[in-house]
Amino acid sequence: MASNIKIKTKISGDLVEIKSLMIHPMETGSRKDPETGALVPQHHITQLTFTHNDQVALVANLSTAISKNPYFSYKFRGAKAGDVLKVSWVDSKGGTDELETVLK
Amino acid sequence: MQIGRRFVLKAGVALATIAALPRALLAAAWPVNAFSAETATGALNELLGTEQTTPSDQINLDVPVIAENGAVVPITITTTLSNVESISIVVENNPRPLAAAFEIMPGTLPEISSRIKMGETSDVMAVVKTDSGIYSTSKQVKVTIGGCGG
Amino acid sequence: MRKAAAVLGVIVAALLVQQNALAGPEEDRLAFVAYFESRFPEIPFAQFANGIYAIDSDARKQWLEIEEFPPYEFAVERGNELWHKALPDGQMLADCFAAELPDIRGQFPRFDVASGEVITLEVAINDCRIEHNQPSLAYDSSEMIDLTAYLAFEARGTKVDIRVPEDQAGALAAYESGKRFYYSKRGQLNFACADCHVASAGQWVRADRLSASIGHTTHFPVYRSKLGGMISLQKRFAGCIRDVRAKPFELQSTQYRNLEYFLSYMSNGLEWNGPGARK
Repeated sequence: MASNIKIKTKISGDLVEIKSLMIHPMETGSRKDPETGALVPQHHITQLTFTHNDQVALVANLSTAISKNPYFSYKFRGAKAGDVLKVSWVDSKGGTDELETVLK
Repeated sequence: MQIGRRFVLKAGVALATIAALPRALLAAAWPVNAFSAETATGALNELLGTEQTTPSDQINLDVPVIAENGAVVPITITTTLSNVESISIVVENNPRPLAAAFEIMPGTLPEISSRIKMGETSDVMAVVKTDSGIYSTSKQVKVTIGGCGG
Repeated sequence: MRKAAAVLGVIVAALLVQQNALAGPEEDRLAFVAYFESRFPEIPFAQFANGIYAIDSDARKQWLEIEEFPPYEFAVERGNELWHKALPDGQMLADCFAAELPDIRGQFPRFDVASGEVITLEVAINDCRIEHNQPSLAYDSSEMIDLTAYLAFEARGTKVDIRVPEDQAGALAAYESGKRFYYSKRGQLNFACADCHVASAGQWVRADRLSASIGHTTHFPVYRSKLGGMISLQKRFAGCIRDVRAKPFELQSTQYRNLEYFLSYMSNGLEWNGPGARK
């Protein structure tokens, strides 16, 4: 079963670029359901955490103003092949998801 | 908080770890008041304790002049400032201006790319907090109502 | 020597006959391409497959940023799983298509003599499912989108090569019907597709810049930023038709299939480059 989080990494020297894309509706709470006319309740990722070998590299605190199916890219120095990268998030409804990958 | 617990569990290595990453312990609760503030100044006050920022040309804010679609506006922030602790995105005319606040840990470069939503034409501000102050730069992004692709 | 001369004579005669005949699809296409190349002389032909992003540089930059990690990758991945999942009777969807994976998408749309209709990729997928006693997929269902996204991705780099065979009279009629649709005014706004995408290509309609029609069909299905989701080519036809305040036809209706046939032929020579990302 395919994950709802995708990660792409590119190592150059000791620098790694990490791009991530994840499925999430990121509902603002202001959108109306086209069929019922009712407001779709707010539902968004609140905090996203990236770790390298269990050390926190980046914490993203997010609002509903991050686009649906969020995308993030950042760079980390001191990485090498074999490092374990993990991305995990928690959302406003208490939902969670995570993905672990090994840098190649 | 899960991150805090992890550090407590690894107590043996923790002393060196904590000394190296003091701010990791502060990567704590989601700043709810900052995210519910309805003005840019209110959001900055809640998030950083002040609304005063020093304009800096050492921050590069890459956003489109005219957003193709307000739902997906690509944004990239890079900076040559040193000892960056956080990078935040403030969209002045959004109902809740604080879009995101990124905590940059040691080892992570002070740059971030993402895609944001904008409700209307607005100034977009990149706010960079370093160990010596809070700096910012701002650009206007036009958001239009569609015509036919709309 | 005499045989070669005879063959050459036949070829020359055929060319003369063609020149004197009513313009066929290839003449239409050459005129279409010549028009757009003269309107946008700085755009290399192959770039027309990228639509408005070949014309508008600020929009192109935003598109390239989305292409760094485009959300349609999820659809491609799901489509890959669906394509490789055996049907309940043990057969595979691939068994219905007499082509290697990269060439499947490019077989469509094509004219089917037996049924007298244009068959699109979506219709062919459903025909396959019906053959294996499976229910049809709704044309705007996520499974159909995922499958076509996967097949589009696998076809990247192959060239659009739609045929309107002369020996299939119905084919030319379907092509002509699609062409007529394309150039017919409709809706409260009384616009033909050509009004915006030929005559006004590159110009602005309120806050949108109009794409050129050449290359319109190469990159579907498309992830739309506005919707945060994927749509098919014919769903886009329906949207455009709604935008000129006409009543849209059903997905995979004869009208849309013929329109897709005509428009796909017009993009011959460009590369298939789906799925795409658009606003």
